Amino acid sequence: MSNSKINYILGIADNALILGQRLSELCGHGPSLETDIATTNIALDLLGQTRSYYQYAAELQGGEATEDTLAFLRKEREYKNVLLVEQPNTDFGYVMARQYMFDVFHLLLLEQLQNSNDEVLAAIAKKSIKEVSYHKRFSGDWIKRLGDGTEESHNRMQEAFDNLWTFTNELFLMTADDTAMVEAGVGVDVAALKAAWTQEITALLTEATLTVPDLKYFLKGGKEGIHSEHMGFILTEMQYMQRTYPNMTW
Amino acid sequence: MNNWPLWEVFIRSKNGLEHRHCGSLHATDATMALENARDVYTRRGEGVSIWVVPSSQITASNPEHNGETFEPALDKVYRHPTFYELPDELKHM
Repeated sequence: MSNSKINYILGIADNALILGQRLSELCGHGPSLETDIATTNIALDLLGQTRSYYQYAAELQGGEATEDTLAFLRKEREYKNVLLVEQPNTDFGYVMARQYMFDVFHLLLLEQLQNSNDEVLAAIAKKSIKEVSYHKRFSGDWIKRLGDGTEESHNRMQEAFDNLWTFTNELFLMTADDTAMVEAGVGVDVAALKAAWTQEITALLTEATLTVPDLKYFLKGGKEGIHSEHMGFILTEMQYMQRTYPNMTW
Repeated sequence: MNNWPLWEVFIRSKNGLEHRHCGSLHATDATMALENARDVYTRRGEGVSIWVVPSSQITASNPEHNGETFEPALDKVYRHPTFYELPDELKHM
């Protein structure tokens, strides 16, 4: 089995894992009981999807690999998630801006991935679409409420988009593995999703009385394993148990 | 969040059954109340339909009047349909 396919699957899985880990940090710390449980639900949806991808990748890789070794025992450079999903939960505006920008991308990706000639990936995508449709509705609603809310909520929502915008272009960059998988009929041409993504984000931000940031320079690297300063902290917390007590189970 | 109004949540668990009160939550408006109800009360497949009602719209009986409101019914056993002989053929009563 080609490494490209495994790398490709890990790329999709790592986005969901790291965003799920970020959201789960809010468990017990959400702004209200209701939003706390909603973000925790989204985290659990993402972690559930992650399991399907890692199980499949582990099967393709063979040997000692399991879903757990892939999730918990890789090093920072081996994670292929985009920089956007590892950005911190600065405030609820950042959490929702990060979520919505990823959700729109995620749904566009899954809608294409369900046509993959790889039956497993197509099945995981198909199952995940309903979950991600809800994620997008939830985050989109909050952006409208906060953007079109009070002066403070508007300003903080705008600030979140302004500061996270630099991470958005990476969603649409094609790695060598992406290109190989598109050619094989397995993967999705993410570069081709950018127009639809931009259109959808622009429409929602306009409705939310927010301004689409105008930026010429973007950050990248996550998909190649070059992460921001936050990633090490996420992995330290996430991998603590397996690193401290190898092979522990419960 | 403390000034968000309270909503009562009713869930219908299956087609053909009635909505039943299952709890309450806070939300700024009806749309948010529905979404919150979905997340708080249907995480384990509990429902196929949700109603939300502002708690302020519910008129409740006064517990201080429970005596005159409910107790007179307690000794009227003849109001229960237990004095009829049911034919054996009749099932599911």
